Amino acid sequence: MITIHDVHKRFGEKRVLEGVSLTIPEGKTAVIVGCSGCGKTVLLRSIIGLVSPDSGSIRVGEDEVVGAERRDLFRIRRRFGMLFQGAALFDSLTVAENIGLALREHTRLSRQEIRNRVREKLEVVGLSGIEDRKPAELSGGMRKRVGLARALIMDPRYVLFDEPTTGLDPVMSDAINRLIIGTQRRLGITAIVVTHDMTSAFGIGDKIAMISDGRIVFEGTPEAFRTSALPAVKQFVRGGLDG
Amino acid sequence: MISGLAQRIGRLTLFFLREVGTHVLLLARAATAGGYLLRRRHLLIEQMHKIGVRSLPLVTIVSLFTGAVASWQAAYQFRGLISFDYLGAAVSAAILIELSPVLTGLVVAGRVGASIAAELGTMRVTEQIDALETLAIDPVHYLAAPRILAGFIMMPALVIYSNLVAHAGGYLVAYSMLDVSTAAFFGSARRYFLVHNVVAGLLKAFFFGGGTALIGCSIGFRTAGGAEGVGASTIRAFVYSSAFILVMDYILATLLF
Ligand SMILES: Nc1ncnc2c1ncn2[C@@H]1O[C@H](COP(=O)(O)OP(=O)(O)OP(=O)(O)O)[C@@H](O)[C@H]1O
Ligand SMILES: [Mg+2]
Repeated sequence: MITIHDVHKRFGEKRVLEGVSLTIPEGKTAVIVGCSGCGKTVLLRSIIGLVSPDSGSIRVGEDEVVGAERRDLFRIRRRFGMLFQGAALFDSLTVAENIGLALREHTRLSRQEIRNRVREKLEVVGLSGIEDRKPAELSGGMRKRVGLARALIMDPRYVLFDEPTTGLDPVMSDAINRLIIGTQRRLGITAIVVTHDMTSAFGIGDKIAMISDGRIVFEGTPEAFRTSALPAVKQFVRGGLDG
Repeated sequence: MISGLAQRIGRLTLFFLREVGTHVLLLARAATAGGYLLRRRHLLIEQMHKIGVRSLPLVTIVSLFTGAVASWQAAYQFRGLISFDYLGAAVSAAILIELSPVLTGLVVAGRVGASIAAELGTMRVTEQIDALETLAIDPVHYLAAPRILAGFIMMPALVIYSNLVAHAGGYLVAYSMLDVSTAAFFGSARRYFLVHNVVAGLLKAFFFGGGTALIGCSIGFRTAGGAEGVGASTIRAFVYSSAFILVMDYILATLLF
């Protein structure tokens, strides 16, 4: 379970998070929506300790992330996978090395075994035979899927997805959504998905939360989100489903 | 007026101390990577190759001409005062103590310090360093430690090589343009040869190499602001490591001689 309580974060004069509280139950998927620039990525980065909030608390299971020592942070991060909005692939490494790096660093698996697992994960995200290419030779959508494979390679318990389907065609988006749901069911992971894509939000979310002006203005089931009377939510649902 | 000046001096001092502090802190954190680097030797070897082997062409050219100029200039100063029989000794000592370590240091600072800063800076602004963190891989161990250690190791190696090439350059000029015989050149170099000079030169190189790589890493890690920031970091790494080398050279000279 991830419990976020009253998290504040500002960059200089710019207040981004102003008291965000949100709970993601174990084994469930929470979708976070909100306008561009409202702090969704900052919230995800806070959860994994890349951004340190000014105040508040973020608990992952028993561990507190806010103010944690570097060593504890690395221990906590071993339970996480994260897909970055821009994929953030290591451009000096090949696709296979990108995906297999964590295995190489954290396990004693043989090269061959790592190679097999990498191939497996690549197949899962619908990419085969590109092991030896460099990230610069891939399209945006392919990079995203490689990032997804990299995030899932350690079979993490918690996964943070920053816009997993942005920039993918509808067929691929659908495949990725099903992949997220599938992994979530199969491994029982706890997932947080940031997305602008309402179809995928309704498809994969056990729970939807909306950020606006630095706070969570809505939190509830997809059904409740769809029928909410809140103007901000209504606008989002309508705009999202039209576009 | 006076207080404005005092304020500026104060600010500069603070800035300087903070800079040095972050570099030293990074060095301390990288120093804990010993066991890690033993397991992941190939990271170190890759950097040794990049810093050492790939610098060879540049170091060759610089050393050859440094030796040549040293010979020519020494002859200019000797003319009418000192016999050219001592040319070899003077050129050799200058190469070993000062010219090879400092000039190799400066060109490597330009090549390696700047390229480390650009590489790590790019990784910072494209979130690759954040990605390492999320994979529970410490960027200081994975990225900085191999580069810094490779700097410490490879710079003395480069300077040994540079010593040889510079002697060749000095000899070629002395022999072909100043009519100094082979025996006279190397004979006098050998007669006045001191192991201390070689060791001192290599010790300088050791600090220059480690310092340059450390500064490159530290500045690369702190890069912000996209491509423009990467450009700024590259220049800063070169300026800081050159200044570091010249100041360090002076400090070591007073300590060693
Ligand atoms: N390191 C930083 N320094 C300064 N400001 C930052 C930093 N990171 C984020 N911000 C600011 O925080 C705000 C929220 O950014 P964030 O990336 O979280 O938005 P987002 O909700 O993910 O938007 P999008 O949907 O476009 O990805 C933005 O105004 C951004 O300028
Ligand atoms: Mg974002």
